[in-house]
Amino acid sequence: MQSYRNHPLWLAFLLHRLSGLGLALFLPAHFYVLGLALTDPGRLDGVLHWADSPVVKFAEFGLVFLLAVHMFGGLRLLALEFLPWPGPQKSLAAGALAGAFLISGAFLLKAI
Amino acid sequence: MEVAVWRGDETGGRYETFDVPAQDNQTILDVVTWIQQNSDATLTYRFACRVGMCGSCAMMVNGTPRWTCRTHVRKVLKGNRLQVAPLQNLPVIKDLAADMDPFFDKWVRVGGRHEPGKTRHDQIEAIPPDTPDRENADAGIECINCSVCYAACDTVRGNPDYLGPAALQRAWTIVNDEKHAGRQQILNTVAASDGCFNCHSMGNCTVHCPNGLDPMNAIAGLKRAVTKNRFKRGG
Ligand code: SF4
Ligand code: SF4
Ligand code: FES
Repeated sequence: MQSYRNHPLWLAFLLHRLSGLGLALFLPAHFYVLGLALTDPGRLDGVLHWADSPVVKFAEFGLVFLLAVHMFGGLRLLALEFLPWPGPQKSLAAGALAGAFLISGAFLLKAI
Repeated sequence: MEVAVWRGDETGGRYETFDVPAQDNQTILDVVTWIQQNSDATLTYRFACRVGMCGSCAMMVNGTPRWTCRTHVRKVLKGNRLQVAPLQNLPVIKDLAADMDPFFDKWVRVGGRHEPGKTRHDQIEAIPPDTPDRENADAGIECINCSVCYAACDTVRGNPDYLGPAALQRAWTIVNDEKHAGRQQILNTVAASDGCFNCHSMGNCTVHCPNGLDPMNAIAGLKRAVTKNRFKRGG
């Protein structure tokens, strides 16, 4: 990586771009599979069965990770650009939000 | 130490290596000057004030844009080697001198010139220094036009028509200047396709501005102002 990009904000930009691209690639496949429910239920069952295999389960974890990264990245950008607060205040707010999600997410996982 | 210096012009070029004696207190500009005075008098570069005021000496140092007159060798030397090149995202004139025209053209395009709203017969309005608008304007006023932020911006790199951090920061300072008459015009200009909404808030500009200015935040201010303005005027 070029040295002038070596800082957290640029890394956040890169993560946001890559996770966005990843999701963009995934979504057409996702909608196609959902569409099978209407056009070809037999094949849908096949796909769902395939999706139960451990490898795909692991890939799903990656997908949720991409979603989370992209969502928080987006919220971060919105806060950065649309809240006229000073920097430290924003970091505090982001920290609090991330903490809240971590805890509530853990509870949600326990519940299911 | 070993210094690789880019030599060439707009048609292309390559790095040439020079051996330069190290000194205790030495800036990158000192190194470039030493080469020109002792090794190769045809080396072209640009500087004026040598004290971080004029903004003419910026170059790429080990791949990062920097003001060379105030960058100490000891801070950037890697394994006794240095690499010096003309600022990126701008055309090259010769060797280390980049052509600053596109950078300044955008400064003009954004409407960076002051437009008075009153005549000599009107009273000058009093603007207290602690109003939020004035504080916003003050935050960007010390720009020295060095183009370091412009060279660091990957959005400029991808879209040469993008107005870039310095010109947009200038727009933000005058949008906050009550004495400027053409503020609506400036909002219209920065809202257009090559304006503030191109910015990805990647922060290269703010991280590298040698004067500690924050163009990224200024551009965020423009995004807010343009958005508010849209709602106010009903799309
Ligand atoms: S924050 Fe905006 S202007 Fe600054 S380097 Fe990034 S894209 Fe360019
Ligand atoms: S904003 Fe900073 S880096 Fe950009 S031209 Fe002005 S002084 Fe230079
Ligand atoms: S020579 Fe003037 S800023 Fe470096």
